[in-house]
Amino acid sequence: MSANPYIPILVIFAIGFGFAAFSVGIAAVTGPARYNRAKLEAYECGIEPSPQALQGGRFPVKYFLTAMLFIVFDIEIVFLYPWAVTFDKLGLFGLVEMAIFIGTVFVAYAYVWRRGGLEWD
Amino acid sequence: MTTAQLLGQDPGWLIAVKAVMVFAICVLSTLMAVWTERRVLAKMQLRTGPNRVGPAGLLQSLSDGVKLALKEDIIPAAADKVVFIIAPIIATAMCFMSFAVIPMTGVVNLFGRKTALQLTDLPVGVLYILAVTSIGVYGVVLAGWSSGSTYPLLGGLRSSAQVISYEVAMGLSLVAVFIYAGSMSTADIVGSQHQHLWNAIVLFPSFVIYVISMVGETNRAPFDLAEAEGELVGGFHTEYSSLKFALFFLAEYVNIIAVSALASTLFLGGWHALPGLGFTEQWLGGWFTLIWFFAKVNFFFFIFMWLRGSLPRLRYDQFMKFGWKVLIPVSLIWILIVASLRVLQQEGAPRSAILAFAAGVVIIVMAISSLVERNKEKVRSADLPEGEAPNFPVPSLPNVQSINVSGGK
Repeated sequence: MSANPYIPILVIFAIGFGFAAFSVGIAAVTGPARYNRAKLEAYECGIEPSPQALQGGRFPVKYFLTAMLFIVFDIEIVFLYPWAVTFDKLGLFGLVEMAIFIGTVFVAYAYVWRRGGLEWD
Repeated sequence: MTTAQLLGQDPGWLIAVKAVMVFAICVLSTLMAVWTERRVLAKMQLRTGPNRVGPAGLLQSLSDGVKLALKEDIIPAAADKVVFIIAPIIATAMCFMSFAVIPMTGVVNLFGRKTALQLTDLPVGVLYILAVTSIGVYGVVLAGWSSGSTYPLLGGLRSSAQVISYEVAMGLSLVAVFIYAGSMSTADIVGSQHQHLWNAIVLFPSFVIYVISMVGETNRAPFDLAEAEGELVGGFHTEYSSLKFALFFLAEYVNIIAVSALASTLFLGGWHALPGLGFTEQWLGGWFTLIWFFAKVNFFFFIFMWLRGSLPRLRYDQFMKFGWKVLIPVSLIWILIVASLRVLQQEGAPRSAILAFAAGVVIIVMAISSLVERNKEKVRSADLPEGEAPNFPVPSLPNVQSINVSGGK
């Protein structure tokens, strides 16, 4: 009878989380607390800081595109992994199927490339 | 008996002891890694490096940690307080978790029980590591966003875009390893390399892609664009002070050690000795394998330091272009080549057919690369307008009309 292999993961997570939470908590006690207005302002190398983050915390849509492309390729990887593990059993059939799949993803990839989705300016 | 069965027999107290050991190894090797990096970088730059605190400065990182604990803990007025506090906790808690499935030793004797210094062996071990490192990105992006300040926001976005871009290349480079090992469990992959050759030799292109993307993944030089001091101050942790900053620092170094450990496990035979030195694995009751393992991890860590000491930082668009337009298509094509070779072997194709296939691939690669080079040459030699000769003296430069002041020809 062997134990659930995920229990040790919970144990190391508890240790790491406990250590981090303890450190964050203890810092408030050990450090001095002499606040003033300048300390609580955003740090912009000494010049008068802007009142809020860039455009109120909104960010360029460019990053959203990167995240979307990441999801496309990450899902491709998720399909590739089980195929790779059972590769020896699938043989030639598996290779042809995966070549077709990678080919279709390549079409999408070429489209993104041509439309400038991979360019940064 | 497989490693999974061996580890399944661990009683609860042994799991706890090993978890504490793994945690201690992570923290200690971080302290040592910071000191080593500073000393080695100093040597590369003809400086001395920290040498005051403790023998040869060994206690420097520890005293830095204590110093940070005694600093004022500032939460900026514009920050989102809850997320600002949670972000370093996420980053730190996740970085330790990837060590749970790394096999650090072979079978050893720990407090009278036979076990191995590996917390658990999952059938999806490597996938689990990728998942945990992805969750760690939340720490970075939330820290940048919650600071309520411009530079951390940009730095956090940059480093998360960077990490996810290179994670694709990293994930693809591992597929060939799984094809050869027939498993995603780290212990099985180490075992299969012991029976055959190291994956670093058999799957050399995968190894190269993995090493490049692991540097990009951990935001280290020459890919440390998130911390480009000249542009973004410190990156996503600019607003962090005191122990919260120390936690990000710790997480960064534990992540570096984690990707190095994964590289040793998947490509350099894990805890096994170098070929021909197998007898050393029995020394110290099997604990000598821990030394082999850390020798390999340190080899990768030295590569990190070496890169930082010798290469300038990339520009952001060059960096993204390299990840998306070079690493990803190359690794996809490499997967298909490896798979085809494997099928040829399996179907019992004659040796000459396999060699012919390999030669064909090499010729195609050479043809493509020469075409690319010629194209580059064309772009470089395209007619650029020659400027007027300046009426002030400039040193002689190739292809520039100049008034010669350097005394050359």
